[in-house]
Amino acid sequence: MADPIAIAARRPVLAPHASGAARAALSAAGPAARLSLRAKPDAVGALSAALGLDLPTAPKHAARNGARHALWLGPDEWLVIDEDEADLMAALSSAGALHSAVDVSHRNAGILVTGAEAATVINSGCPLDLSLTAFPVGACARTVLSKSEVVVYRTAEDAFRVECWRSFAPYVLAVLAEAAAEA
Amino acid sequence: MLLIHCPYCGEARAELEFRAAGDAHIDRPANIAAISDEEFAEYFFLRDNPKGLIYERWRHIHGCGRFFNAVRDTVSDKFVMTYKAGQPKPDLSPAPGAAPALPADSRPVETYEATEGRAE
Ligand SMILES: [Zn+2]
Repeated sequence: MADPIAIAARRPVLAPHASGAARAALSAAGPAARLSLRAKPDAVGALSAALGLDLPTAPKHAARNGARHALWLGPDEWLVIDEDEADLMAALSSAGALHSAVDVSHRNAGILVTGAEAATVINSGCPLDLSLTAFPVGACARTVLSKSEVVVYRTAEDAFRVECWRSFAPYVLAVLAEAAAEA
Repeated sequence: MLLIHCPYCGEARAELEFRAAGDAHIDRPANIAAISDEEFAEYFFLRDNPKGLIYERWRHIHGCGRFFNAVRDTVSDKFVMTYKAGQPKPDLSPAPGAAPALPADSRPVETYEATEGRAE
C-alpha cells in the first residue's frame, strides 16, 4: 500500500513565491521612461528622427537603439520604452510633426521572464503563439495574460519583457510565478 | 477557442483579445434632426438578428485596438471573413455553383479547431 503521507504531500501556499525554478526566472524590470505615442503615417519619419530609431510600421515589430525600444501596438500606436529613463517628451517636443505623446512611465510595470521555459510560463495564461517562427526575437504584441492586458516583448530567444499596468502588477507577477514554479 | 483574423495585425489571434461591437454597415441618417421618432428607432435600436450570415463590427481591443468588420455565421459561430473598417460590405450571397467573391486583401478564416470536442 502506498504511503498515505507521501500521497498527501502538500505545497505551502506561498511556495510559488519562494521557489527558485531553474528553467524560468522572474525579475522586476528596472525603472524606465515610457511613452504612449500616437501618430498618423505622415509623421512617422519625423518622430523616428526625433527618437533616434525607426518606428516600426509592421505588426508585432519593435525597433531598438541602445536602451530605447519602440514597440508597435497598433497601426498608429507605439509604446516607447527607454531603460535609461531619458526624457522622451523632450526628445519629441522638437519633432515638428503632429502626434500625441503621453508619459506613461509610472503607469506600467515591467516583469522580465527568462529561461528555457520562459515562453511556456507566459503561455500559461496568454494565447499568443510564442514560437520562434511566429514570435521571433524583437517581436512584441499587446495581448492578454489571464485576466490582465499586457504587452509581451521578446528580447532574446529565452527572454521576454512583460509590461502591465501597475495596479495589475502583483496579479500578473503571481500568475507568472505560479507557472514558473511548475516550469 | 475561436481564432479571429485581425485585418490590421494580419494574423489570426485568440478570441480573448477581441470584443464584439454590434452590427456593421449601419449608416447614420444624414438628416438626423429631421427624421421621425419611428425612423430614428429603426436606425438606432432595431436590428435584423439574422439566422446565418451577419455583418458585424469587432474590435481587437486587447491587441492593436482597431475596429474592423467581420462576416460571421450565427448558426455555427464561424467567422467567414474579416475586413478593415471603411471597406465596402462584401456581397456573400451565394451565386449558384460559384464561390463568393472576397475582397483582395482579406481571406477566409478557418475558426474551427479540428480537435474541438462536441458537447453531448
Ligand atoms: Zn489587430
